[in-house]
Amino acid sequence: MNDLIRRTAAETAAAIADGEVSAVEVAQAHLDRIGEVDDKVHAFLHLAAETALQSARRVDERRAAGEPLGALAGVPVAVKDVFTTKGLPTTCGSRILDGWVPPYDATVVRRLADAGLVVLGKTNMDEFAMGSSTEHSAFGPTHNPWDLDRIPGGSGGGSAAAVAAFEAPLAVGTDTGGSIRQPAAVTGTVGAKPTYGGVSRYGIVALASSLDQAGPCARTVLDAALLHAMIGGHDPLDSTSIDAPVPPVVEAARRAGVSGLKVGVVRELSGAGYQPGVEQRFREAVALLEELGAEVREVSCPHFTYGLPAYYLILPSEASSNLARFDAMRYGLRVEDGLAGAEEVMARTREAGFGDEVKRRIILGTYALSSGYYDAYYGQAQRVRTLIGRDFRAAYELVDVLVSPATPVTAFRLGERVDDPLSMYLNDLCTIPANLDGGPALSVPCGVAPEDGLPVGLQVMAPALADDRCYRVAAALEAALADRWGSVLLDEAPAL
Amino acid sequence: MPSITRPEVAHLARLARIALTDDELDRLAPQLEVILTSVARVGEVAAADIPPTSHALPLTNVYRDDEVRPSLPLDAVLAAAPAVEDSRFRVPRILDDE
Repeated sequence: MNDLIRRTAAETAAAIADGEVSAVEVAQAHLDRIGEVDDKVHAFLHLAAETALQSARRVDERRAAGEPLGALAGVPVAVKDVFTTKGLPTTCGSRILDGWVPPYDATVVRRLADAGLVVLGKTNMDEFAMGSSTEHSAFGPTHNPWDLDRIPGGSGGGSAAAVAAFEAPLAVGTDTGGSIRQPAAVTGTVGAKPTYGGVSRYGIVALASSLDQAGPCARTVLDAALLHAMIGGHDPLDSTSIDAPVPPVVEAARRAGVSGLKVGVVRELSGAGYQPGVEQRFREAVALLEELGAEVREVSCPHFTYGLPAYYLILPSEASSNLARFDAMRYGLRVEDGLAGAEEVMARTREAGFGDEVKRRIILGTYALSSGYYDAYYGQAQRVRTLIGRDFRAAYELVDVLVSPATPVTAFRLGERVDDPLSMYLNDLCTIPANLDGGPALSVPCGVAPEDGLPVGLQVMAPALADDRCYRVAAALEAALADRWGSVLLDEAPAL
Repeated sequence: MPSITRPEVAHLARLARIALTDDELDRLAPQLEVILTSVARVGEVAAADIPPTSHALPLTNVYRDDEVRPSLPLDAVLAAAPAVEDSRFRVPRILDDE
């Protein structure tokens, strides 16, 4: 394995800035790695080899000309296929967008390019970000680099797998109910959902607009923070973008001390349904935080139990409305064959273009928003959302951050849950509350479960705009665990 | 106990403009029933006096200056269209004859 692909993003950027290695060499090493392993992993839907090498060449030219380079200039990055990319296909894992080439870049993609990052390609995902395994991608699932028979999480399984398989040091994803954090947890990588409004949604194909949030995927906490700082910040093109500076996430990732920090363990995110090895590694990590000087206590958030049902009413409702834009009129698939009217063309196109899970959720959302059912379902779910927010507020009166396992179980086998929607939804149990509340949350590896040798993630949640606290806790844990293990977790992953 | 019947799913699919096949109706209706029964748990929380939350941010209206900005070029916008005529999107008939 080429040494260049094992470096962190921070190390790679420094090596490029120092002239030890060129951005082109780094990009080529990653493209070679993708060529070697991606037929097994299937993290990528579209590769952008030519444009990647062009962007890398520009970074090398700028360096040669003595121009200042950004903190991550020349570092390769993989982009979830939910972000629009000018001139590069964007499918969202759906047949209905097969072959669509957007005419503009998402703000996140623009910021990556402006900062000199090198986009390698677009990563696989559950169709329209609906799923927890990438098995709902119309283009076939992604495989977990730890065990190719297992799921890489979802919906951003392609981004997490690309990072875990050393195909890219960095990736960007979106997290509506856990789609960055759950894949991070099951692939032994770091994934963060910033505070809602912290990263622009402009150019992201919308799933549930009140919940969708873009964020970083990386192999280290510092790399995630560097990427977060780069893509975050106010964007006038997104009316829900927060007009405030990005929280000091990079400083927090470097400072990495938890002495005196009050850490709350969420009582409701444990017990029945949680894999013993997941709970064991989580408890050990919490004990380690205590050794490092954190004040740990148990905290009750009684309404978190209702997060899952509230989410699976709010999300389908918003999605059924957002996905109405796929109407076969202006872009994407159109099934016309001899059909007379627009409505018939729409219905037949959506039938042919959407997969099962998307259809299920659109119909569920249509039901929840129907007159007569609206108050009992969507209305009641919104009230539960208020109660979950109050649980968070009450908890943050007592503690600075909340922690829980990031997922109830480790990566399950491909095919194991795909025909049982409800059991698939349970994967998001721990991650959903932060989306409903809007606060930041991050998953950091805390070991492998003894029973199956697969990665376990610890989730840190914090109040809105206190993203830095998530990084502070995660960096402290990462450093302490690396000391204890004498290596990083991904070194334990089998060679591909 | 909520219930969602096959004819109801067919009706919802028509509203959502998805031409589900008979096989899909057979498969989706019982699945939706299971999901709906589970999510109906939100009704267990007595919350009639609780205000609903539709959004994480306390934003109301966000305004910008009413300035003309460049739009995407016409050919870029139409490049992905299923059908184009006279620099416009060509769409199937929208109104019935009568």
